[in-house]
Amino acid sequence: MIHLEYILIISAIMMFAGVYGFLTRKSTLAILLSIELMLNSTDINFAAFNRMLYPDGHEGYFFALFSIAISAAESAIAIAIMINIYRMLKDISVGKLEKMKW
Amino acid sequence: MNSHNIMFIVLAVFIALSSFMTVLTKSIIRAATYLLFVLLGTAGLYFLMGYTFLGSVQVMVYAGGIVVLYVFSILLTSGAKDVVNNRTKKKVFFAALLSLVGFATVLVVLLKHGFKAAVLSAPEEGGITIDSVGRFMLSSGQNGYLLPFEAVSVLLLACIVAGLLIARKR
Repeated sequence: MIHLEYILIISAIMMFAGVYGFLTRKSTLAILLSIELMLNSTDINFAAFNRMLYPDGHEGYFFALFSIAISAAESAIAIAIMINIYRMLKDISVGKLEKMKW
Repeated sequence: MNSHNIMFIVLAVFIALSSFMTVLTKSIIRAATYLLFVLLGTAGLYFLMGYTFLGSVQVMVYAGGIVVLYVFSILLTSGAKDVVNNRTKKKVFFAALLSLVGFATVLVVLLKHGFKAAVLSAPEEGGITIDSVGRFMLSSGQNGYLLPFEAVSVLLLACIVAGLLIARKR
C-alpha cells in the first residue's frame, strides 16, 4: 500500500536536504548540487500528483519532462560561469566572489 | 507485502540516505556521486509509478549528462581537494534549524490535508505511452505542447551559444 503521502515525504526530505546544503556549503559547485536536489524533488511531486490524483491527465508528466530539460540548460550555463570564475580568481568559493565585472 | 512495496521501501531508504550524504559529506566529488545515487533512485520511483519514458529521460539527462558534467567541472576547477569545512557552528545550526522547521511545516500540511485514499497500484504503463508522448509534444491542439517544446528547443540553442561564449578562452 503505497500512499501518495509517502512519496511526498520522500520528496520533502530531498527538498530540505537541498535547502540545508544550499545554506551551509561554501563552494559554488556544491551549492549547484543542492539546487539539483531541490529541482529533482519538485519533479517527483509533479509526477506523483499526476499519477495518483489525476491518472487520466498528463500535465504533471510533461511539466516534469520540461523541468528536466530546463535544469539541464541551467546547470550547463552555471558550470560555464564556474569555469570562467575559476580562470579569473583561481577559487570558486562564495567568499572570494565579490565582483561580477572582469 | 508484495514486491512492489518492498521495492518502494528500498528506493525510499536509498533516496533519503543518499540525499543526506550529498549535503553532509566533506569531499565535493563524493557529494556528486551521492547525487548520482539520488537521481537513479528518483528514476526508480518513476519506473515504479509506471512512467517509463520519464524514468529513462531522468537516467539519460540527469544521471548520464548532468552528473558527468559536474564531475568534469569539479576536476577542472581542482575542486576535488576543496574540503568544505570552513563553516561556522552557528551557521550550520541556523541552517539545520531552518530546514527542520520547513520540513516539519511541510509534513504537517501534507498529513493534515488528507488526500483522498490515493494508493499506487501495480506498475503498468500509467496511461501515457511513448506514442502518446510524441503526439502530445507535437500537437498544437487543445492538449498539445508544441509551443513549450519549441521554446525549450530555442532555450537549448541559446544555452549552447551562451556556454561557448562564457567559457571560451580570451
